[in-house]
Parts: sequence; C-alpha cells; structure tokens
Amino acid sequence: MATAPIDAPAAGLPADWRDFWALTKPRVMTLVVFTGLCGLLIAPGHIHPVLAFTAILCIAMGAGAAAALNQWYEADLDAKMKRTRNRPLPAGRMERQAALHFGVGLGAFSVVLMGLAVNLLAAAILTVSILFYVLIYTVWLKRRTPQNIVIGGAAGAFPALIGWAAVTGRVELLPVLLFLLVFLWTPPHFWALSLFVNSDYAAAGVPMMSVVAGTRATRLQAFLYTLPMVAVAILPWPLGLAGPIYGVAAVGLNAIFLMLAIRVGFSREEDPALMKAERRLFAYSILYLFASFGVLVVDRLWFA
Amino acid sequence: MARPDPTPADDEAIRKRQRSRSIVTALILFALVVLFYAISIAKML
Repeated sequence: MATAPIDAPAAGLPADWRDFWALTKPRVMTLVVFTGLCGLLIAPGHIHPVLAFTAILCIAMGAGAAAALNQWYEADLDAKMKRTRNRPLPAGRMERQAALHFGVGLGAFSVVLMGLAVNLLAAAILTVSILFYVLIYTVWLKRRTPQNIVIGGAAGAFPALIGWAAVTGRVELLPVLLFLLVFLWTPPHFWALSLFVNSDYAAAGVPMMSVVAGTRATRLQAFLYTLPMVAVAILPWPLGLAGPIYGVAAVGLNAIFLMLAIRVGFSREEDPALMKAERRLFAYSILYLFASFGVLVVDRLWFA
Repeated sequence: MARPDPTPADDEAIRKRQRSRSIVTALILFALVVLFYAISIAKML
C-alpha cells in the first residue's frame, strides 16, 4: 500500500469539486465511454434511449471510480512523476480519505444503478472491470512486474463488452473480439509512451518494460504485440461479423499501425527527445482505436 | 500536529469552496432525480 505522506490540504480547505472531477481522469474516460458506446451501438436488438444513456453513464462512473481509487492508492508514485505530480492528491489539494470515499461511493453507485436500470450481466462485467483495474492492475501488478500493462490492459477492454451486454444481456463473439483488440492494443500504446517518458517511470520505481528490460526489448515487444492485434482487428470481416466498410478501413488503419510499429521495433534511438517514431505510434494508436470502433459502428448501422 | 487557527481569509476561502461544492452537489442530485424518473418511465414501456 502507498505509504509516503501526502500533504493535507492547506488550512483544512475542502477539496474543490474540480479536483473530484480531475480524480476521474476525464481524458481516459473519453476513450472508455466511446468504446462502451460503440459496443452498445453495434449490438443487435433494441434498448430504450434512456436506458442506453444510463448504461453509458454507469460505464463512465465506473471508470471514474476506478481512476479515483487508482490515484488514492498511487499518490506516492504520482508525486514522483512529472506527468502526474500535479494531480489533486500529490499536489496536496485533497485528503486521501476523501478520494477513497469518492471512489468507493461512485463505483458502488455505478454498479447498483447498472444492475437496477439495465441488467445484471452488464453490472457484473462493470464490477469485474472496476475490481480488475483497482486490485489486479493497481494493487497487484503495477509495482511488481513489467507485464503490468499487458494484463492490466484487460481492464480498459471491458467497456465494449458492457455496452453490448447492456443491449443483449449476453456476451458474443464480436464484443469478445473488441475486448481482445483493446487488450492487444494496450502494450504497443503504453510501451510507445514509456519509451519516451522512461526516466519518469524509473524515478518513480515503476517496473515498466522499458525500465526493467531496456528500450530494445520494449521496442521488440511493442512490435510483436502489434501482430496479433492486427489479426484480431481484421478478423470481424472474414468472419462475417462486419461488412466491407469496416474490412477496408481496418486493413488501412492496421497497415499504418504496423508500419509505425515496425519503425519503433527497429529504431535504435536512445534519446527520448529524439524519439519521433515512438511519439508517432503513441499518438496514432489513440486515433486508431477511435477510428476502428467508429468505422465498425458505421459499418454495422449501414448493413443493419 | 494541530493546524493553526484559520484566518478570516481562510474562513472566506473555505466558505467559498463549500458553496461551490454544495451547488454542484445540488445540480447532480437534481439530475439524478430527473434520470430516475426517466428510467422509471422507460422501464414501464
């Protein structure tokens, strides 16, 4: 458990509501909400728009709760990294207990609301995703193994499954493929980032692949994970789960991803300031995920 | 270690912060009332 003392807010000043909002990592939540919404839109069947909105709200609240609990636990780590030291807890703008109460309360509320308003399967997967992120990734893996983000990536892969389950009450092959796509996308995405912020992770003592195994092994593994990711991304087309709009777009999007991953895989650059290939792969990987899911929705709605 | 007594400026800052938090809480509660009402209607259809 995190033990480093984090400054209490000055003069007993209660945390600002904006700090609670920041605790939910709104930028990460955008991607989670988007993939959840796509899972919901591509699912066969009908869901009342109010219940669809509620399902997406619950996914967002669940993600926000997991992010808050992650920051509660990692306040000492965040204080050591440039990228995270201005977050509410390490910056001393909020009491740690407030973050814990907020995270537990928001998480419990999101699950109960999902179960009562939408269905129990969606609520169960939401529970698993929150617990997976907090207990498996944050508490267990992150400080112990360079495989942290590989297994932890599953936590970010659940929203598409939840969106689908919210409509159908079942889990089927297409959302499982989307789960695998996000799962396999996570290593190249995060390892590209870790290559050019390596010193930050090293300073905080986080055993990221680039810190433990070096940049060369990290580059190679980022490239190797891209190969099954490309296969999984294209698979819905030959399996008849998506039409030609998705198929053609997926081939193009994955060809670019593969090209950028090859550049990263075979680069020998050691100076983070000069790591253009890694920055490009990181930036493109975000666009790639938005585009892949977006095109799949267009395709499924077009051929519905 | 005990915190020093808050100054009038601290008091003012605390009240301002509490006011903004109360307003946001009230807005969220109102939104939830509307949402629960809409969910109830949607579940009846």
